[in-house]
This record gives sequence, C-alpha cells and structure tokens, in this order.
Amino acid sequence: MEVAAAKMIGAGLACIALVGAGIGIGNVFGSYLSGALRNPGAAATQTTNLLLGFALCEATGLFGLVIALLILFAF
Amino acid sequence: MELDPMHQFTIKPLVPLHLGGLDVSFTNQSLLMVIVVLAASLFLTLAVKPGRLVPTRGQSMAELSYEFVANMIHSSTGEDGLKFFPFVFSLFIFVLLANFFGMVPGSFTITSQIAVTFALASLVILAVIVTGFLKHGIGFLKLFVPHAPLPLLFLLVPIEVISFLTRPISLSVRLFANMLAGHTMLAVFGGFVVALGAAGGILSVLSIAPMLLIVAIMLLELLVAFLQAYVFAILTCIYLNEALHLHDHH
Repeated sequence: MEVAAAKMIGAGLACIALVGAGIGIGNVFGSYLSGALRNPGAAATQTTNLLLGFALCEATGLFGLVIALLILFAF
Repeated sequence: MELDPMHQFTIKPLVPLHLGGLDVSFTNQSLLMVIVVLAASLFLTLAVKPGRLVPTRGQSMAELSYEFVANMIHSSTGEDGLKFFPFVFSLFIFVLLANFFGMVPGSFTITSQIAVTFALASLVILAVIVTGFLKHGIGFLKLFVPHAPLPLLFLLVPIEVISFLTRPISLSVRLFANMLAGHTMLAVFGGFVVALGAAGGILSVLSIAPMLLIVAIMLLELLVAFLQAYVFAILTCIYLNEALHLHDHH
C-alpha cells in the first residue's frame, strides 16, 4: 500500500477515539441533568464537578485527534 | 484567499533575530502574547483605578473576574489556597484573553501552540511540586500512597505515579487540542462558504446557509474558549489542593 494512502487511513482510524469522548460527554451531561431534575436544590453546587467531568472526559478523545493531526501534518 | 485550514497556525517571524544559532525572532505569536499581556494588565489596572463605590461597567467586570477566581480557589482548595490567588488569576486571565483574542478573525491563537500550553502546564506542575515539598517535606511522597490494603498498594502506587506524571501532558494537550480543533473546524466551514459562493448562480445564494452555521459555531467556540480557561484554572486549583492537603479531604 502506498504510504500516503496509509497515512490518510491511519488518521481516520485515530479519530475513532472521539466516539468514546462523545459517549462520555453525553453521559456526563445526561447524568447531571437527571440528577438535577430529581434534586434541583443541589444542582447549582455541582456545576464545578460537571465542567470538570466534561473536561477530563473530552481530553481523552482529543488525544486521538492529536494523533490524527500528527499523522497528517507532522510525519 | 487562503483555504488551507492549517495555514492559520503557521508562525511567521516579524522581526528576525538570531542569537548564537538560536532563532529568537519576534513572531506573530510573540506579538499576540504582548498584546494579551498588555490588554490584561492595562484593563485590570485602569478599570479599578477610580475605585468607585458604585462601580462602572469596566470596574464591575474586573471585580467580577476577581471574585470569580477567588471563589473558585476558595471552594476547591480552602482558605490557605488563597495565597496562590495571583498565580491562578494570572493563568486564568492569560489563557482566557489568549483564547478570546484568537477568536478575532485574522489574528493568531497562541494557545493553539503546544509549546505555549505545555510551558504553562509545566509551570503549574512545578508550582505543585515545589509547594508540596515546601509544605510537607519528604512527606509529600505520601500523595502517591492512597489509603488501601497493603497488597493493593503494589498496584495503586504505580498508577498514582503515572497519573501524576501525565498531568502536564493532559493539561496542555486539552487546551491545545481544543483550540486547534475549534479553529480548524471554523476554517474548514469557512472554506465551504467561499467555495459555494464562488460556484455562481443559485449556489452563491445558498452559501448564506453555511455562513449562518459558522456564526452559530463561533458562539460555541466562544463558550469553549471560556470553558477551557476555566478548566485550566480549576485543575490548577485541584492540583494545588492535593499538594497542600495530600489526602486530607477524603
């Protein structure tokens, strides 16, 4: 296989990591919303944890995106 | 018209300078950093200078950002974390303004360079390590030993060490990748508008649709710009909290 084609396929495969990030972020916000609707009084105190969970979750997916960009532009 | 989405991240030297084989040119990146630092320090000092009891709009913006960061530090590290206020506040304002100035069309996003974000993240981790050793001495190493039965520790201690060592990487890559991905996406969608507008006829009229989409994505990116600065600052607070209190908060 040609190297250029293999690079494109590899970059595309690396982006699959974002599937996990999407599921995770959806889970974070979904769980927050269902918890907040059950106990609206406690919702405001948990926004820091919400954003923290979102950020930590998103980062794992972005590692995959960085690998894709490295394959495309750095090598 | 430049249509390559990665073109916006190229560093161009404005004033070429070479010191002993080292390239220390004044680049568009340095220019934006100077603008960010000047804008932040000028605004924050001039806005609070009148010191009115009933604040003007500028003064309340400065006061709100002060209170926002002070509350953030207080809620995540407690009373003795407040001595790190200048550090965390500078980091927050720098990253926030760097992200916002990057959103100006045609400018340069300094936080989309891994060199910048990794330098900031290393600074945070160095501050954490120095604080930890100053406060607890060699006892700071207890950070890597969670409360667990002895057999489990053989598994948990290496995990804790690895998780500590990957912090500068995850902290820097999170900010860098978010900015890079967001601006690349904006540039790619901007390319759609240009290509559709140049197609002629009914297609040129249709190019208003991706244009509206870009406006919506721009708003989302403004949210992300703030959120990433906030996350950077709050993670700094949490790491500092661990250095100050080890596992006490459990």
